[in-house]
Amino acid sequence: MELKTPLYDCHVALGGKIVPFAGYLLPVQYPSGVIAEHMAVRKQAGLFDVSHMGEVIFSGPDALKNLNYLMTNDFTNMAIGKVRYSPMCNETGGCVDDLIVYKLGEESYLVVVNAANRHKDVAWMKAHAFGDVKVEDISDTVAQLALQGPRSHEIMLKLGVEGSLPTKYYTFKREVVLAGMRCLVSQTGYTGEAGYEIYLSNEDAPRMWNALLQAGEGLGLIPCGLGARDTLRLEAAMPLYGHEMDDTIDPIETGLGFAVKMGKDFIGRDAIAAKGTPVRQRVGLRMTGRGIAREHQDIYCQGQLIGHTTSGTHCPYLGQAVAMALVDAASSQVGTAVEVDIRGRKVGAEIVPLPFYKRA
Amino acid sequence: MNMPENLLYTKSHEWLQRLEDGRVRVGMTDFAQSQMGDLVFINLPEVGDAVTMGERFADVESVKAVEDVFSPVSGTVCAVNEALLDAPESVNSDPYGAWLAEMNEISQEEELLDAQAYAALVASEEA
Repeated sequence: MELKTPLYDCHVALGGKIVPFAGYLLPVQYPSGVIAEHMAVRKQAGLFDVSHMGEVIFSGPDALKNLNYLMTNDFTNMAIGKVRYSPMCNETGGCVDDLIVYKLGEESYLVVVNAANRHKDVAWMKAHAFGDVKVEDISDTVAQLALQGPRSHEIMLKLGVEGSLPTKYYTFKREVVLAGMRCLVSQTGYTGEAGYEIYLSNEDAPRMWNALLQAGEGLGLIPCGLGARDTLRLEAAMPLYGHEMDDTIDPIETGLGFAVKMGKDFIGRDAIAAKGTPVRQRVGLRMTGRGIAREHQDIYCQGQLIGHTTSGTHCPYLGQAVAMALVDAASSQVGTAVEVDIRGRKVGAEIVPLPFYKRA
Repeated sequence: MNMPENLLYTKSHEWLQRLEDGRVRVGMTDFAQSQMGDLVFINLPEVGDAVTMGERFADVESVKAVEDVFSPVSGTVCAVNEALLDAPESVNSDPYGAWLAEMNEISQEEELLDAQAYAALVASEEA
């Protein structure tokens, strides 16, 4: 039985096409369609319900030590008000999940995890907790909206802000009052575009959703569903758990070395260190032949199987088919010509640099 | 949902139009395109390809998904709508104008629905 987010009725009222996703009933698209929603975020603004995401609070004198042991990134020199991305690994170096950490106070952190992994993550965190720390899953009381796109700031100002908005990417402000409602606001997102993520109470969420859509009227803001969320993140080459990472793929292979700090102790460190140089790498593919690669399709280079695709689609903004893939490191150089087996048809592709899209 | 009276329909949401010389023209219904969403790619057969009733003769892709399009007849492809290769979105905007292929030398044809029966089928699937 799927759960509803506090915005379920809003999605239905707007004609959202509802599908089950990660245990929730969410809109995959609205009547405007995935392409229009995708383009709105690139050129103007889009509003997403991401209330399905999981929120976990780490608090207590040993909160930092626990985070540093659970996650591959290092939170030691992080200032209050900052956000940091990290994979969380198992003992073999595979990923339990990837997440973002908000430093709320010296002994208090908010950890935002993937909806599909929430229960697994919380169990993992609690099973490995040590010392004086409290790990609390507050997901069911928190709603989250993502306002993404170049006109996001303008829309926030029109909405009415008491207090200040975060001014830098990967920072946040607490106790911001938007349209009379108390929120935590961060400059974060999963679209490759500028924008905000807004955390607030379930009770306020529908009023905030409608107030944002109203503020964005005339500025090109439209509601966006899961379909556009996926095409946007793929075009920006952001990895997605279950695709570019899972419990058998280590974060170095996924290309997340920037968030893996080998100079400290964490779960999975020894396994990652023992592997040395990775034998496979995440790469980007641009289709040169006619066709769209999708996930789980085999990739060949000079007749040899070198790996498989992990995500693929036709990217609306770039106007071309691209995919991400895990391939043998020996065949991962940019410019390598490959073939993707698309349902029995071998279609040409080329390894290209990531990301496919980067905002100016 | 638009379902022209002059066409025949399959349970798998293709439409069929009878042309002169025993040819038939095949496309996707308005319901099929609305279920798929924005189309971004169409893979068409080639003229001369043999098609089999109830089997895939083309596929269409949205940003999210791939769907097969099934042939309502067994026969030979005698024309394909190549304009769709560069403009797959015309299936969304004009599903009954944007035909996919024409077949002739037809040896077998599945049981087709008229507009009224097809409307009932769509209503039951939407319920």
